[in-house]
Formats: sequence, structure tokens, C-alpha cells
Amino acid sequence: MGEFLSMGGYGWYVWMSYGACAVAIAAEFVALRARRRRALDDAQASGVDAEPLRAGAAR
Amino acid sequence: MAINWYRYASPATFYPVAGRLAPAFGALAAIFAAAGLWIGFALAPTDATQGEAYRIIFVHVPTAWMAMFVYLVMAFWSALALAFNARLSAMMAQALAPTGALMAALALWTGAFWGRPTWGTYWAWDARMTSTLILLFLYLGVIALRGAIDDPRRADRACAVLALVGAVNVPIIYFSVQWWNTLHQGATVSLTAAPKMASLMLAGMLVMSFAAWFWCIAAALWRVRAIILERERGSAWVAALPETNLRAA
Repeated sequence: MGEFLSMGGYGWYVWMSYGACAVAIAAEFVALRARRRRALDDAQASGVDAEPLRAGAAR
Repeated sequence: MAINWYRYASPATFYPVAGRLAPAFGALAAIFAAAGLWIGFALAPTDATQGEAYRIIFVHVPTAWMAMFVYLVMAFWSALALAFNARLSAMMAQALAPTGALMAALALWTGAFWGRPTWGTYWAWDARMTSTLILLFLYLGVIALRGAIDDPRRADRACAVLALVGAVNVPIIYFSVQWWNTLHQGATVSLTAAPKMASLMLAGMLVMSFAAWFWCIAAALWRVRAIILERERGSAWVAALPETNLRAA
């Protein structure tokens, strides 16, 4: 295990690369879920009492 | 078989389609990433000259490819948005920018951590690195421009123009290693010549590239769904969605 992590002495470079990718993808996933939540909250707040004319108009 | 593509140009029609496709592409991304990491770390041999440091290739090349490819796709949707005044096309372009920026940032980051052990430096003002940095700035510029314009339809047009003008940078990145004498190496993989690497290394790189591809599709579809909700809120169809209706009840 220690041998695997050391990556033949290049562990710092390899794991900084892979770690950044893992963190970035995870962060994007979390951000996307949060954005959907926020969008649904806003849609709920403004969508229920929307004017029928505006709601029905093809935009 | 005739598919009425115009039907899918409506955000209301595309929203549920994207909702079904996004998790499927997300699952594909996870499966391919797991397989690619297995090939990359368990099966692919140690490189004769670079030792284990070369294994950064399995994330560097896929992110660099996607950084360029996502930009071209964003420019394509931007062109459609401008030509046909199509809202969903503009939303697709808007949804791709953050994922593209992330891929460009990761390509630069992993490149830096690969460059240090192999070239002795994290960064050089090499043609390929500099043009990739400009790609990141273009993505950030598109995102910032949208944030600066309140009217979404005006923002669509302004961002589409910037995305299209910036597309000239993509061939510059791609051919930079031929046009200039760069620190960055030339293409290792091409469609016309035999690959200059071991087949297991190549396999790991390609499988990880598919994973990156699927992730970008999934992320863009998830994001476009949120964008559709943001921009269509107040419309009857959004109010009638089960996820908004239930929450209102």
C-alpha cells in the first residue's frame, strides 16, 4: 500500500493531479444538485401565482 | 426514420428528456472511470523513462481533450442560438461553459504536476500551455459576460458572439505543438499513425477519455435542467411539474 502511494517517488505529483480531479468533479456534482434545489425553490416561489397570460404565452 | 428535431428545441420538451439522459451518462462516466483507473493503475506497465509519473496521462489527456471539445460544442450551440434565435441552444451553451472551464483548469493543473517531474518546471510560457490558459480565460469570460448582463436574451447573444470569436483559439491549441517549437510534446495519438505508446497505456487513456466525455454530457444536462427552471419559472409548464407542484402543495 505504501509502495502504491509513493508511486515510485512521484506520489506528490500523481496524487495532486488525481486528487484535484476527484475534488473538482465531486464539487461540480454537489454544485449542480444545489443549483437544482435553488431553481426549484425559486420556481415554486414565483410559479404558483404566475399570471395566466404570461404563463400561457409561448416565449 | 424522421425525428422532429424542432420538437426538442422547446425547453419544456427537452427538460424531461435531459432528466432521463443525465443520470444514464453519469452512471456511464462512473463505470468508465472505475475501469479506466483499474487499467491505468493496476494493468498498465511502468514507463521506461518517466517511471510512475506518466500515470498522470490518464487524467491529463482526457481533461485537455474535453477542454477543447466542450468549447467547440459550446461554440456550435452558440452559432445555432445566433442563427435561429433558439433559446434552448443558448441554454446549452450556457450549461457547457462551467464544465469546460473546469476541464481547462484541470488540464492546466495536471499538466503542471506532470511538467514538474518530467521537465523540471510547473509552468512555462510555452505555446500550448499559454493557449490553454487563454482557453480557460475565454470560458471564464463567457461566464462573467453572462453575469454582467441582466436580460438573459441579450446575454445569450453577447455570449454567443464571444464564444464564436474565441473558437479560433481551439485550432491554435491543437496545432501549437506543430506550429511552434514547444516544451510540450507533439501528439502521441493520431488517427493516421500507429500510437507511440504501449497498448494498455493507450487503452487506459481512451477509457478515461470516454469517462470524461460522459461526465461532461451528464454535467451539462443536469445544469441545463437547472437553467431551464431558472429561466422558465413563472411559466405554466414549470408550475405544473411534479417537482414544483408537490412542493407548493
